[in-house]
Amino acid sequence: MRFAARVADFARDPLAWALAALLFLALDMQALRPLFAAAFPALDRPLYEQEGFGTLLLEHIGIVAAAGLAATGAGLAAGIAVTRATGREFLPMVETVVSIGQTVPPVAVLAIAVPLIGFGQEPAILALALYGVLPVLRATIAGIDSVPAGMREAADGLGMRALQRLWLLELPLALPVILAGIRTSVVISIGTAAIASTAGARTLGSPILLGLSGFNTAYVIQGALMVGLLAVVADMAFERAGRRFDQRR
Amino acid sequence: MIEFDRVGKSFGDTIAVEDLSFTIPGGEFLALVGSSGSGKSTTLRMMNRLVEHDRGTIRFQGGDIRLRRPEDLRRRMGYAIQSIGLFPHWSVARNVATVPQLLGWPRARIEARVDELLTMLGLDPARFRDRRPRELSGGQMQRVGVARALAADPEVLLMDEPFGALDPVTRRSLQGEMARIHRASGKTIVLVTHDMEEALSLATRVILMDQGRIVQDASPAQMQAHPANDLVRSFLGRGPR
Amino acid sequence: MKRGAPLRLAPVLRNRVPFVLSLLALAAAAGLPFVLVAPNRLVSGTGTMLADLPGGAGWLPAAPWAVLVASALLRPSRGSRLAVACAAATALAMLAALAGAEAARQGGELSPLARVSLGGGCWLLFLFAWLAAADALQGLDLGPVARLLAHAAVLLPLLGLLFHGDLDSLALLKEYANRREAFHGAWARHLAIVLATLAPALLLGLPLGVAAARSDRLAAVLFAVLNVIQTVPSIALFGLLIGPLAWLGNRFPDSGIRGIGLLPAVIALTLYALLPIVHGAASGLRQVPSGVIDAARGMGMTRGQLFWRVEAPLALPVLLSGVRVTAVQVVGLAVVAALVGAGGFGALVFQGLAGSALDLVVLGVLPVVALALALDAGLRALAARIEAGS
Repeated sequence: MRFAARVADFARDPLAWALAALLFLALDMQALRPLFAAAFPALDRPLYEQEGFGTLLLEHIGIVAAAGLAATGAGLAAGIAVTRATGREFLPMVETVVSIGQTVPPVAVLAIAVPLIGFGQEPAILALALYGVLPVLRATIAGIDSVPAGMREAADGLGMRALQRLWLLELPLALPVILAGIRTSVVISIGTAAIASTAGARTLGSPILLGLSGFNTAYVIQGALMVGLLAVVADMAFERAGRRFDQRR
Repeated sequence: MIEFDRVGKSFGDTIAVEDLSFTIPGGEFLALVGSSGSGKSTTLRMMNRLVEHDRGTIRFQGGDIRLRRPEDLRRRMGYAIQSIGLFPHWSVARNVATVPQLLGWPRARIEARVDELLTMLGLDPARFRDRRPRELSGGQMQRVGVARALAADPEVLLMDEPFGALDPVTRRSLQGEMARIHRASGKTIVLVTHDMEEALSLATRVILMDQGRIVQDASPAQMQAHPANDLVRSFLGRGPR
Repeated sequence: MKRGAPLRLAPVLRNRVPFVLSLLALAAAAGLPFVLVAPNRLVSGTGTMLADLPGGAGWLPAAPWAVLVASALLRPSRGSRLAVACAAATALAMLAALAGAEAARQGGELSPLARVSLGGGCWLLFLFAWLAAADALQGLDLGPVARLLAHAAVLLPLLGLLFHGDLDSLALLKEYANRREAFHGAWARHLAIVLATLAPALLLGLPLGVAAARSDRLAAVLFAVLNVIQTVPSIALFGLLIGPLAWLGNRFPDSGIRGIGLLPAVIALTLYALLPIVHGAASGLRQVPSGVIDAARGMGMTRGQLFWRVEAPLALPVLLSGVRVTAVQVVGLAVVAALVGAGGFGALVFQGLAGSALDLVVLGVLPVVALALALDAGLRALAARIEAGS
């Protein structure tokens, strides 16, 4: 009974609808063919058929996930290092780098990676990972710094070793903020991955870019719908997860 | 139990503590009194190496405290502070159990000890075990803080202005609690406070500090009967003669 | 085992940041090429190390580097920090001059088609010099306006070289020379996009923000919608707007509305810009202390006077912060707009991307970063001035 109630609750959540729409379009974009044909009668190819949207979705998610894992790992490690007593000295410099880094548009990192590495998935994943570190790093620093000094002193006074204090106190308390940073990082990556088609990666952006260069507005809309839905679903999913962790506080 | 031998500490160019020498025997309830900047908190925190002293030697149970790891030293001492510092993501029981868990006690022993301490501090275990710190009042939080400090049955209890942030009624109740615990367990307690009355009523010995040095080191009775100078008198509320 | 006072690696080391930076700089200079020489645009270049520059010129930067190392050994003071900042400015100019001279030399010896571009080593050295300057200036505790001027001063020697033409032989500048018109067109277009976005965003966003500050319900709905918009990636939003706009263009062929071009970009960017501005206005107004409002009403101010004389000025700092965030965001997002034909520096970036021409990409990216940083610093200084004056 509890389970059924939880399912009913979930069904009312906008996340469920967005997810359903995303999956439906991924598996069966064909169903909308008549719609696109009617809206764009001048096009003889109203539906993107070079690859299935399901395949594109998986490729897209794959790139974002690979980059996201790397970015989260690096961002967490750097954020922890810079908030330790021995690393504090480097904090202002790191914050300066992060600020400057965030004025660089993510596209630029992608565009610089390609001439250096070549076309394909690799420059895309590298660029996404590099740029994705920044929000996670910033969030880790903010989250750990938000732990009150009195609490840290109490932990030290009780005899916790530095590593124990980090694992038992600082990280659990910093988690909601860190999760928010990961959320930002992932959502930005989803958008940048769409543009990564210009770098030769196969993603949901491929129909968009093909449509733009070929004046096929239907392609563009199909791709844009998928990318938009994916981003919204990811964002909402992280937000729900963040809320669950905060409730345990 | 704790021995200070010509201990000194400076922060940059400021001398916090200078030429400090005294011994705390087991079972003593020592109060360190002084105004802010007198060095009393620094002195306390040098005992568990939250602050490292620059000059002199500090001994605990006969051994130089620098010879062991700070964490090991601290786990043998209880530490309760004014801001309490209860961990908000843990229940009351988990907070109290912090040090026993660090020491690896068996679960059953930890549970029993938590119940014992909560009862000792006047909190009904059944009602308070699973509460979160945010659900507690200031006085309740500090009781849990003291319980947490006592959990692993430390040889010494260090307290840094623990009741400063509480209202007078709660403060008095907790002070009574501390006196009772001292009588019942015979533990060595070092209490830092700026409140002379608190010191005189609770402690078996009072050290008044000013600008990093000891002004007078005596029992409450002696200090009241024979104040060493005008500063002591002003703390006693009597003003210079 | 005796574990005494915390083990100090080198008691002589006072400042670890300059020390680490100087080590990194050494590694970059020794490990990565300083310049890359290629016979033409299509082939990737072979590297020349800093130490291998003719006439031993590559050892010149050792002087500012030594200043940096010295500052790591001395106790930090106003003097040592100023010295580091000056050394960093000198280093930046020196490195650029060396690269420019080498490029001129190579260009003279090889054909005019040869490309000499800055290598990874040079870029990293620029970065480390800049970080050293930033770290030193940080310690000086300057106000926002002074800080802005100080950072500009560090760049001055480098910019002097640039405008004097000493760097013209570098591939980057050659690309610029080849595309001078396109570059300036992109500048103008990019600025136009930013301004064409900020104006409607402010016109729409400010009233919406005021309304949101007054009504919790409106705020909830408004922010829910704006948050969804922010989440949708820019390329997707551009794409989704193309359809309706193309349809409109077909219905009204004389209106000049087309699916691609400036219009979908500006509309989408305006939508993105709304959130920070509405949020800035709303939260700025909400944080005005109710005691202040009470006092003002008690003095007999009308609603209008209350708003314009009390609430708006007090909300201004937070609002300005929102505008600043918006401006920086729009500058970056406008790069993607080039994909839908809006022009701007994105056009250069994507052209370079397609042709694997790193110099062209850099030519597009540097102005964007510079513009974003300048707007950020400028608006921060403006906000500080306003707060100081009030």
